[in-house]
Amino acid sequence: MKILVCISSVPDTTSKINFTADKSAFDKNGIQWVINPLDEFALTKAIKLQESQGATVTVVNVGDAGTEAVIRKALAIGANDAIRVNTEAKDSFSVAKEIARVAQDGAYELVLMGKESIDYNGGAVPGMVAQLLNFPFVNAAVGFDVNGSEATAVREIEGGKETISVKLPAVVAGQKGLVDEKDLIIPNMRGIMSARTKALQVVEPSNTEVKVEAVSFDSVAPRAAVKLVSADNLDELVRLLHEEAKVI
Amino acid sequence: MAVFVYAENINGIYKKAAFEAVSYAKAIATKTGDSVTAISINPTDSSDLLYKYGADKVINVKDAGLKNFSSKAYAQAVNEVFDGNVIVFPHTTDASSVAPMLAIQKNYSLITNAIDVPESTSPFQVKRRAFSGKGFMHAKADAAGVIVTVSQNAYGVKENAASGSEEVKELSIANEDTKVINHEQSSGKLDLKEAEVVVSAGRGMKGPENWGMIEDLANVLGAATACSKPVSDIGWRPHTEHVGQTGKAISPNLYVAVGISGAIQHLAGVNSSKTIVVINNDAEAPFFKSADYGVVGDAFQIIPALTEKIKALKGA
Repeated sequence: MKILVCISSVPDTTSKINFTADKSAFDKNGIQWVINPLDEFALTKAIKLQESQGATVTVVNVGDAGTEAVIRKALAIGANDAIRVNTEAKDSFSVAKEIARVAQDGAYELVLMGKESIDYNGGAVPGMVAQLLNFPFVNAAVGFDVNGSEATAVREIEGGKETISVKLPAVVAGQKGLVDEKDLIIPNMRGIMSARTKALQVVEPSNTEVKVEAVSFDSVAPRAAVKLVSADNLDELVRLLHEEAKVI
Repeated sequence: MAVFVYAENINGIYKKAAFEAVSYAKAIATKTGDSVTAISINPTDSSDLLYKYGADKVINVKDAGLKNFSSKAYAQAVNEVFDGNVIVFPHTTDASSVAPMLAIQKNYSLITNAIDVPESTSPFQVKRRAFSGKGFMHAKADAAGVIVTVSQNAYGVKENAASGSEEVKELSIANEDTKVINHEQSSGKLDLKEAEVVVSAGRGMKGPENWGMIEDLANVLGAATACSKPVSDIGWRPHTEHVGQTGKAISPNLYVAVGISGAIQHLAGVNSSKTIVVINNDAEAPFFKSADYGVVGDAFQIIPALTEKIKALKGA
């Protein structure tokens, strides 16, 4: 089975988010880049399928040369090879178009990724890729297994979960729970060394059309200073929540 | 022309998110001088519930084949009845799975996670959540039509009664790609993303056996329960309760954090809560800097006492 895992290069989760002085763009100064954590769940799941079913795992990223360190990490984790579509990710639609083209050209039977990236939080790429490929789509997967030409996915629903069978080829977008946090693979020295020799193919983009533009960005407004209430005076806390904040 | 809205129902029952989406669509329609048309798939609830929030028309799609949810089949169904330039979806798991597929089918712009009414409707521009709550983006749609998903609890549910009418549309969509094997709905539990009050706890609770007092406080507040990442990682609580950057992002009216130090990744998921209360025995916990109200002290004494005091208030 051929699996395509889509990864996004995002600011490390501990990053403070700043914008340029004119607020027109995200300020990349001093930012460490990591594999989008939700994509990492998908990648680990793919590596497990590689181990258990002999699947091959190709990683795809839409990004400029600056994302290659993150792609190499995915190779060190265990992906067989990688493809970078050589263009800056601009919006969900243009990214989805590039991924769908790669998926189609490579005749992948399973496209796995995180349900959203932790930077722009669009949550749109997986569904768009599925529609462009005319594949079934399972979102918010917290469990997944392949059995021949069919797969079983557990997806989170509001207030519960649902187990569904899905015909392959399919697009599955995962989240925390798809694999356990403790099962995430930390690259070892052998993985890092072998990643250097694995193929990282660079392909040129086919489409630069965007449908959504980022006009400007705002930071989060700071809250007023905290009002501390003594642990011996919880009546005061209740009063503040009832009378001042009016939330109880 | 009508502003359309996808009114999500779960097993036929409208969700609060559906009312919020209708309220939001009404706000757009008021700006543009249009009417509001809601689309729902196999609802059993009365359309009156949607008129109350401003729907002028409700299209009830009847399709036995759509008894079970499938993003692809639902997107196709919505596409068959939606013929406008704007459609609003709630940013729930299911609706936000349908919206991207519909965006491709219609060749429209898709803006997700909107947190306010649009700044402009032509071109469509709106403020949206980004960077997991650590920033905001003003996004502009370039296509002729736009699909917008509204972040839950961001706009709120606003009554705006209209005298609506209902149309039933019989469809017959093939839904063969996915098949439901098992469906588990936990009864009586408040949906975390919809909850107006959330009580959340972290490693400071020392173990899962101590969660009873968190649940007691949540019960008296009518709140959903949540937890920090380490707590779900070590299995004290289910993943579905993890709020934060890689868990759920929430915007309740009141967020009570117990024994959570307030790492930047946790704050990202909760800092759009309207009021934040932090209870922690470490006066230096960074969370106090992002809180409205704080209590420094032992949660094991504070939480039961606070529960009793709120119970007394509610009983008064």
